[in-house]
Amino acid sequence: MKFIETLINGLSMGSTYAMISLGYTMVYGIAKMLNFAHGDIIMVGGYTIFITMSLSGNPILGLLAAVIFCVALGVTIEKIAYKPLRGASPLAVLITAIGVSYLLQSTAQIIFGSAPKMVNIANLGNVKFAGLNIPLYTLITLGCSMVIMIVLSLFVKYTKTGRAMIAVSEDKGAAQLMGINVNGIIMITFAIGSALAAFAGLFMLMKSPSLTNTLGAMPGIKAFTAAVIGGIGSIPGAMVGGLLIGVVEAVSLTIPVIAPYTDAIEFLILIVILLVRPTGILGKKRREKV
Amino acid sequence: MANLKNIKWKHYINYVVIAVFTVVFALLSFSGVLKSSDLYMLEKIAIAIMLAVSLSMVVGFLGELSLGHAGFMCLGAYLGGKTAVILEPILGEYPALLVSLIVGGLVAALFGVIIGLPALRLRGDYLAIVTLAFGEIVRSVFMNTSNESFGGSLGLNTPRFDKSVLFVIALVLVLLCLAVTQNLIRSKHGRAITSIRDNEIAAKATGINVTKYKLIVFAVSSFFAGIAGVLYSYSNFTVQSSKFSYNYSIEILVMVVLGGMGSINGSIIAATLITFLDVNLQTILTGNLAVLQDLFYALILILLVIYNNAPSLKGFREKYNIKNIIEKFKQHNPSKIKDDEAKWDRVPTKIEMDEVLSVDVHVSSNYTPDKSEKEEK
Repeated sequence: MKFIETLINGLSMGSTYAMISLGYTMVYGIAKMLNFAHGDIIMVGGYTIFITMSLSGNPILGLLAAVIFCVALGVTIEKIAYKPLRGASPLAVLITAIGVSYLLQSTAQIIFGSAPKMVNIANLGNVKFAGLNIPLYTLITLGCSMVIMIVLSLFVKYTKTGRAMIAVSEDKGAAQLMGINVNGIIMITFAIGSALAAFAGLFMLMKSPSLTNTLGAMPGIKAFTAAVIGGIGSIPGAMVGGLLIGVVEAVSLTIPVIAPYTDAIEFLILIVILLVRPTGILGKKRREKV
Repeated sequence: MANLKNIKWKHYINYVVIAVFTVVFALLSFSGVLKSSDLYMLEKIAIAIMLAVSLSMVVGFLGELSLGHAGFMCLGAYLGGKTAVILEPILGEYPALLVSLIVGGLVAALFGVIIGLPALRLRGDYLAIVTLAFGEIVRSVFMNTSNESFGGSLGLNTPRFDKSVLFVIALVLVLLCLAVTQNLIRSKHGRAITSIRDNEIAAKATGINVTKYKLIVFAVSSFFAGIAGVLYSYSNFTVQSSKFSYNYSIEILVMVVLGGMGSINGSIIAATLITFLDVNLQTILTGNLAVLQDLFYALILILLVIYNNAPSLKGFREKYNIKNIIEKFKQHNPSKIKDDEAKWDRVPTKIEMDEVLSVDVHVSSNYTPDKSEKEEK
């Protein structure tokens, strides 16, 4: 019983990671860059929820505001910081992304201070079912993110925009020749990724209400790890990687001997998987040419 | 004397400057003018220079992004510090320092090779995340050690060392680090390393042993990071694992990027400047204001990278390049041109010939055919 509870908790954590890593993986697939600042968009979403909640008290309204604000922020960052560097070396783009991440963190600290803010979303209580005792928020997280992931998969597969996204990730130049607005598609990708980050912000605040300016830093890196494990650029890969990292984290946290080393274990899994399969579990192999 | 004239002095200027600084500060220190806070700052600067120069080898010359430099430093700090604690009662102060420097450096170099191995299979972004993961693993392992072995969350206490001597040792080690890196970069091997940065597949095709060079760079770079770690443990008396987080790796990366990638002197200047500002601003900016500094660094980082790399700004960059402006200034200064020497210097290169031979193909309304007639005359 205890094990099943742990497993459900892990899947719930994993689905939060999966939401974040979807943002990483989609941006990587389409813009061919690692958006290091993605984790900090979660933090911005968290603060937006905090402000809206303290004004209105309604978590749904908070989520809505967070989604809108994060999308606007994500698109603005892309326009100002990343777009001028399109075609520059990947290293330059990566360093800029790191700079943006720092910029967001320090701006948040200047505005809100370093003391953690408490965001009590709602006391949801526990669900007792067939001998299991599960907090309701884990089920909400799990359910919501499953729905979002299914919708996203369908969107990419069956809509015109989604297929254009696949085309751009396959070959940017050819897609442009086919009349696809590449810049527009990249913008949409950033918007979707940021919206997912806002959801992840809500889920994380439901789990633990304390909100600081580094809320997104560690989960961001872990989700990034998850995206790389699953094969960066692959949407199902991000989901698999996210769930894997979540379950590993939940299980290792319940074993007292290895609990302090949880982070180390997750990163070790990454290194091992990359050594065995350098493109991740579901990643495609690319031939490189001079 | 002829030999001395042939030496390119600009290649050695950094040794001279640092050596002069070392001697001057050592004299000041022994005469008792320097305060302990000044000595502390000098140690910090020396450590930062060593970290920046060693990271610059990986990022600026090999072209791989490493986000785990603080992890190598952490290894050096803990293992070197522990060696010092064990050996100091047996060997005495100086031999213990020497042995712990070697131990810290070699262990870090060993791990550098271990991390370099996946670097052979992974490219760019993937390697960045692996090094980041490595740094976090090292940190969390040392954080969770028992109190008797490495101090755990309390931190490891290291032996006290005479502060007025330590910074001289640190600066001498900086000179050693510079000598090794610069000689490596300027040798045949250095050319091979930069060619891997510019195009790995082409480098491989010309017969360069990419495996060997990547491992060498990782080993040398992490060796000096480890030595910097040992110095850090001596300078701070205590080693806390929280110091070596991924943020610290980024701080070192900022130094390298600000100094200019692929420029060792740039790294030295940026490391000195940032550390100097850091230490001074710490006393001025307290509490939430301390973040202003981070904000400032982030903005500089973004603007500088965009300015230096944006393809659309290429024309602008070339127009306002400091070197070009100085060059222009030199040309317009008639007193500088001596006899025929100037003319012989300027043998038309291929690019200039292309410019001369190229024909404008812009057909517009103000196209006049007599332009070609003029050229015939």
